[in-house]
Amino acid sequence: MGIEVRGIAKRFGDFVALDDVDLRVQSGALTALLGPSGGGKSTLLRIVAGLEKPDAGSVEIDGQDATRLAPRHRDVGFVFQHYAAFTHLSVFRNVAFGLEIRKRPKDEIRRRVYELLELVHLEQFADRLPAELSGGQRQRMALARALAVEPKVLLLDEPFGALDAKVRKELRDWLRRLHDEVHVTTVFVTHDQEEALEVSDEIVVINNGRIEQVGSPDDLYDKPGNQFVMSFLGPVTTLSGRLVRPHDIEVFTVPADDAVRAQVNRLQRVGFEVRAEMVTGTDAATTVQLTRGQSEALNLTEGVAVWLRPVPNSTGLTV
Amino acid sequence: MTATLEKVPAQPAGTFATPGRRRRSRTGLPLRAPSGLSLGLVVLWLSLLVLLPLAAVVGKAFGSGWHGFWSAITNSVTADALKLSIGLALAAALVNALLGTLVAWVLVRDRPRGGGAFELVIDIPFALPTIVAGVVMLALYGSNGVGPTLFGTWLGLFITLLFVTLPFTVRTVQPVLLDLDKDAEQAAASLGARPATVFRRIVLPQIVPAVASGATLSFARALGEYGSLVLISSNLPHHNLIVSSLIYGKLQDTSSHATQQAAAIATVLLVVSALVLVALDLLQRRIARRG
Amino acid sequence: MAESTIVPIAPAPVTPRRERVTGASIGLRTIGIGYVSLIVLAPIAVLLYRALKPGLGSVLNSLDDVETQHAFQVTAIVAGSAVVIDTVFGVAVAILLVRYRFPGRRLLSAFIDLPIAVSPIVVGLALLLVYSPTGWFGTLTQDHVITAKPGMVLATVFVSLPLVARAIIPVLEQAGLDQDQAAASLGANAFARFVRITLPTIRIALAYGVVLALARCIGEYGAVLVVSGNIIGQTETGPTHINTELENFNDDGAYAIALVLMLIAFAAILLGAYIRRRQRRGN
Repeated sequence: MGIEVRGIAKRFGDFVALDDVDLRVQSGALTALLGPSGGGKSTLLRIVAGLEKPDAGSVEIDGQDATRLAPRHRDVGFVFQHYAAFTHLSVFRNVAFGLEIRKRPKDEIRRRVYELLELVHLEQFADRLPAELSGGQRQRMALARALAVEPKVLLLDEPFGALDAKVRKELRDWLRRLHDEVHVTTVFVTHDQEEALEVSDEIVVINNGRIEQVGSPDDLYDKPGNQFVMSFLGPVTTLSGRLVRPHDIEVFTVPADDAVRAQVNRLQRVGFEVRAEMVTGTDAATTVQLTRGQSEALNLTEGVAVWLRPVPNSTGLTV
Repeated sequence: MTATLEKVPAQPAGTFATPGRRRRSRTGLPLRAPSGLSLGLVVLWLSLLVLLPLAAVVGKAFGSGWHGFWSAITNSVTADALKLSIGLALAAALVNALLGTLVAWVLVRDRPRGGGAFELVIDIPFALPTIVAGVVMLALYGSNGVGPTLFGTWLGLFITLLFVTLPFTVRTVQPVLLDLDKDAEQAAASLGARPATVFRRIVLPQIVPAVASGATLSFARALGEYGSLVLISSNLPHHNLIVSSLIYGKLQDTSSHATQQAAAIATVLLVVSALVLVALDLLQRRIARRG
Repeated sequence: MAESTIVPIAPAPVTPRRERVTGASIGLRTIGIGYVSLIVLAPIAVLLYRALKPGLGSVLNSLDDVETQHAFQVTAIVAGSAVVIDTVFGVAVAILLVRYRFPGRRLLSAFIDLPIAVSPIVVGLALLLVYSPTGWFGTLTQDHVITAKPGMVLATVFVSLPLVARAIIPVLEQAGLDQDQAAASLGANAFARFVRITLPTIRIALAYGVVLALARCIGEYGAVLVVSGNIIGQTETGPTHINTELENFNDDGAYAIALVLMLIAFAAILLGAYIRRRQRRGN
């Protein structure tokens, strides 16, 4: 039940949204398409769903060529960023929609809808209109609606993008657990690296209409293929002309092997961590992240001299 | 993890999506078979109903050459009728620009008691058949009317046009006034501007396109108006014959050139209508840009 | 503009958006209400008075007339057919303009507004030149269009063309494509999506547009007058029959018809206001 995309290209006027993209999504996995806004990830998802027509290339869903299939024949569940709730239908009828279209018997529809509403914890809201639900509830309804027709793949376009930070985090955890229960091949689009790292089995980083890298969250974080991937997945700073993570820098108060001399320019405490801005001879500024304990043990104050080097075997790329 | 880390500038995307963002590229779907077919039918219907008939008017107008057209629209009866209709329409547009805006302001900002009923009254000229408007004016200003006798006078025609065109400016200015950000006015006031200054410097610039658009609509309607005026006018050439009545009269005339002359005069009106539409489109885009 | 005091930046007032009552605002209100009363209310009141002066029995008597009743029948047939066409056309045009991109889209949008700016007499003349027996399509249409109901329907559709489309377009724009695409991904074909999603979305706006169009179609005078030939007992409508009655010096008959048409207009206004209230609550 995987997805295979080959040579997909798509332009909107002069703007190249996708440029010869190949991608294989494993069956049963939860995959994130991660990248900055306008990078082409939503377009790719919409092409898989058939909501957008590619200029070139092919889409295969579950081993079948779907390139020329209308959306309604593709057996995909699609969840929109702004829910796309059917505003004139109750929550029950929203979820039942796909089953009604398929002319399933009434009692089967009823059973299936309540099963799904239970799954998304909306069973007590069955008779409400979408307008009477919160954003998070509406998105869960949209998810239940997409799952109702037992799609081969579930596609979510920035599903939590319109929600506030706290609800996003809840829904994110919940999506992970739901996927562990339902096991349907799922692809979701996000521009939030934290969301992608936390939820997905595999991440596809997309930028400027091209795939930058594909891998597990750990792979991508620890072994980024290029500077873009490294800086998009987490904080970065430069030390001796190398791109490194601020938490992967060792700080010494005395000279050490391979360490460069620097001066503490600014110290900023944020909760339990301390961010130090260091000035070396070569780099514009190097940010180092320490725990409060480390900072106190080193007795750091603004203006003192220190020696910095990357943690051995840590991630780093030559700039 | 990275949860509490400050974003390093190199990182391209923020954590928060901007809600409601619309993608530039999704302005519309390409046509497919059913939608293409319905577009074809729509265009065919528009051609049969609007395009061909209007083309026929222009064709007829020039049927006997430029000279026939020119003499039809420059003879003294036509010229006077055109002058009268255009003059009255301009005057009506001007009064609407002032008083229509004032009425819209009262409805939106002052909200007098009974404003809801007042709103309904504004719609009467829209919904009332034009000939009934004519009968209304006859009952009030006709020779056996209740009010002063204005039958056959310019004033009678003018008041009738004000009746017919009242809703245009009110209804175009009202939504813009409703959408105005009152904070800007209060900010101006806090900077020392008097109410009249606030209106002139803050409110007026924002509603001018809507006022102009409403006045333009009034002008177009008044210029072509027929039903409400025909009863209050005695259709006397050089005196109170409006251009629509003149065209209608030509159509009743069985002489050979009458229809060509009617088409020539109608062509002048069509050109004015086209100009009005272009003006409206420009104005509406200015309104849209102001959001 | 008596006082020049600075409007204070107050915390949100109890009745939001309402201005303080000042001398200036009372002045503006008086002018505004006075103007509308003078221009609209007074004439309407006079018509009511004049129409009902002979007594209700006499009004009903005037209406109980073969020609008058036939005229109302013609109005019902012509306006009814025109509104059906307006509705089909309006929905199709609105969906095309909002959801699709194609060359000439803006031109089409401008074109459907054109009838608003064209004089009804010119509309009549234009149709005459194409569809009368001596017109462009004369050999085809003979006298079945002009001086007959089809021509009157054409004229009526022409003058009311954009009303339905313009009423629905904002609602369709606001709804966007998401719901339609969600329904498509759930397996609904184009027809099912139209019936189950689009139609319920636009239904209130559509009702409003239909009411507007109906009022306009019932009342159309000039364009219908030109194409109908105004044949008594055949192609006369309610509005054109008023003129006939006046020409026959039957003023009471004319006022009685005007009264009926005015009551229809009032009903349309009230219905429209009711629909708009529901539309606001719906959002």
